[in-house]
Amino acid sequence: MFDVAVIGAGVMGCSTALFLARAGMKVVLLDRGAICREASGVNAGTLTMQMTRAALIPYALRAHEMWLRMPEWCDGGHVLATACPGLSVAFTEHEAAMLEERAHFRRQAGAPIELVTPARAREIEPGLSERVIAAGHCPIDGFTSAYLTGRAFRPALLNAGVELREDCAVQGIAPGFVLETAAGTVQAKRIVLAGGVWLQDMAAWLRVTLPIKVLINQLVVTERMAPVMRTVLGVASGLLSLKQYANGSVLIGGGWQGIGDRARGGLAVKPESFLGNVRLAAHAVPALRDARVLRAWLGLEAETADALPAIGPIPGIDDAWIIGSVHSGYTSGPYLGKLLAQAICGQAPELPLFPIDRLLAQEKAA
Amino acid sequence: MSYDIAVLGGGPAGMAAATEAAQRGARVVLLEESAAPGGQVYRAPPSGFIGPVDADRRAGDALRAALLASGAELRTGCRVWGVGGGPLVPQREPAAPFRLDALDSDGRSFAMEARALVLCCGTHERIIAFPGWTLPGVLGLAAATILLKAHGVLPGRRVVVAGAGPLLYAVAAKLLKAGAEVAAVVDLAHRTEWLRALPRLAARPDLLAQGLAWRATLVARGVRVIAGAGVTAARGDEVLQAVQVEGAWIACDALCIGHGLVPATEATRTFRAAHRYAPAEGGWVPVLDADQRCSVPLLYTAGDGAGVRGAAAAPASGRVAALAALHDLGLLPDHAAARVAPARDLARAAKAGGAMARMMALRPALVRAIPPETIVCRCEGVTRAEIEAACADGAADMNQMKQFTRCGMGPCQGRICGETAAELVGMHCGGREKAGFATGRLPLRPVPMDALLGEFDYADIPVPKPAPI
Repeated sequence: MFDVAVIGAGVMGCSTALFLARAGMKVVLLDRGAICREASGVNAGTLTMQMTRAALIPYALRAHEMWLRMPEWCDGGHVLATACPGLSVAFTEHEAAMLEERAHFRRQAGAPIELVTPARAREIEPGLSERVIAAGHCPIDGFTSAYLTGRAFRPALLNAGVELREDCAVQGIAPGFVLETAAGTVQAKRIVLAGGVWLQDMAAWLRVTLPIKVLINQLVVTERMAPVMRTVLGVASGLLSLKQYANGSVLIGGGWQGIGDRARGGLAVKPESFLGNVRLAAHAVPALRDARVLRAWLGLEAETADALPAIGPIPGIDDAWIIGSVHSGYTSGPYLGKLLAQAICGQAPELPLFPIDRLLAQEKAA
Repeated sequence: MSYDIAVLGGGPAGMAAATEAAQRGARVVLLEESAAPGGQVYRAPPSGFIGPVDADRRAGDALRAALLASGAELRTGCRVWGVGGGPLVPQREPAAPFRLDALDSDGRSFAMEARALVLCCGTHERIIAFPGWTLPGVLGLAAATILLKAHGVLPGRRVVVAGAGPLLYAVAAKLLKAGAEVAAVVDLAHRTEWLRALPRLAARPDLLAQGLAWRATLVARGVRVIAGAGVTAARGDEVLQAVQVEGAWIACDALCIGHGLVPATEATRTFRAAHRYAPAEGGWVPVLDADQRCSVPLLYTAGDGAGVRGAAAAPASGRVAALAALHDLGLLPDHAAARVAPARDLARAAKAGGAMARMMALRPALVRAIPPETIVCRCEGVTRAEIEAACADGAADMNQMKQFTRCGMGPCQGRICGETAAELVGMHCGGREKAGFATGRLPLRPVPMDALLGEFDYADIPVPKPAPI
């Protein structure tokens, strides 16, 4: 009998499990695949305030700090987190207005974003196109190599005594939190659902209807190239994220949609999304024209009806918890897991959770 | 542009497939990366090159002539970087026509659609890492044949030829003919392995005669053939100077080495077709029925890309695939009768080819012998020790190992390091089946951004709706 079973070993599940185990609980962490192999391992690794929803800024700021200091709290595990300035740029008057509005709300939420002139923006980012007419600048930004996330968490989880069961799909939950898997049953006093886009299916195990929308986000990476940029770069609409890693490769993202679904995963890029995304990138940083595109892939992002997270107790079922559907969830992930662990341990979390009562009520009304 | 059948790859299988389908009235396009169709074995010399016409050249010319007369549209010099459509559609939508994205010979992008897709993408060479294998002067056997056939260039003056399979003797004989000194031929196979293969080779006396002629050339020129041995290290300041065989160093300025051929499954992996691990056929191969059909409807593979069977078997498998595609598209009234001859040819040629393929199968002892500090992934500089450390950290398949180390993330897209890395992962996780393969990703080849982008206006970029604040 475990104190807690966490289902889903992405960044949310790993962080929750780690902090629960460190608080003295006996934790089992299960995943149907390998640790952090879905969204948590294939996302753009952007640690940006300018693409984070305003309501999540206080969380993202704390998580940013956690990522940068990951070796200190994760037994040396790290994701090559790098701090650098972030820019969000506008090419049109319409985008400039959008930039101003968005910067305003995010500033109110605590992100130190200032609007700068194109000349100042190019001082910060010499690789920037001359077509930029306005920019938002946030000195607190950065990026990680998301593909290292599983490797970063794994030793710390094991050191903390978490029983990690990869390739162990949970097929259902019987009363008393008896988890059915192909390798037998696992029983726990509490459960945490941390299944990303599969939260909808997991909630259904408990007869809870929680619609989760699936976004099929596309990413594109170039070959290594000489330095062409030194910031994390986005556009006012949020539909570009651009950064160059220390090894010279440039990662192009921004949430352009590919083909895929919950059942089949990310299947294929859409030619028009692929072209649109790389054109937007090269419009922002013209030197990218000299790159060669090496690889494109897709990751699944979860979104609730109001696009705000689902984090908290599951109403009507004692000792069942849920965490996920956080917009730009990777950025905030480790901190949100820590908060949920505090709540499960009976403490008041440092910042409020995002209970799902609102989503269930909405669903009932619909 | 829309076709009944698109054939990807213009080697013997692709040429025969396109010819067969076009002759029977289908609207067919053949896409080939090189300047002329032919493939690796039947590679056409560049125009203006004058050389002796050998058996390979005659067979290639016959396939080329039939292709040109067939009415199939031929697009050479074209790099296909994208495949899509077919099953790669949103949920609950019917399968789409296949879509190919490519750069033409001038580097401009174009796209085309086809109802059926025949993949004849051949193989890439397996080179198992050893100390010094990344030195300039070390190259693949296949690379050596390209230098010789397409460019009339010797890889070096004093060359060691090493590895496994018939390509060893073909390359050594061609090197001698072209004027190089062959310092040694180092064959991993013992003589008994060749003797065991002989009965199956007897099914193809022409191939057997060719092989014997290569051996005779070497013997006549006094070339040292070291059987049952391999190159254990290469050394040199900046460039290759010597290779180590059975503890002794042999001076040379080029090493042509190959440890067999691996079917190119980039496209079938991208389509999420079913694959199986078949070491005697070169590794992971698509699951096919008797008519070269993949598990994905209207997708076919033929030639060595479907499992290594050699150039002689390739045209027959291409014809079998083309006939199945025609039948599945409703363009061939009497499929059963039409397939009899090519299916029989395929069975016969595959027998001899299979014996050769088995000799070229991966030899796990080579991987076990790699020292820990030797680089396995040259693009990303990942050593054997780093791969094994990732396995110790819990990476139990190729995708997770790739994530944990970057092995296979460079410009070769895992083609060169993949076999060694998979074998290492398999040693830790319980075999190659469990280790699996890296998920297929586009582009199929690195593609220049400039060619993709073209000229565009910002206003034309279909920027989606912004996320909520």
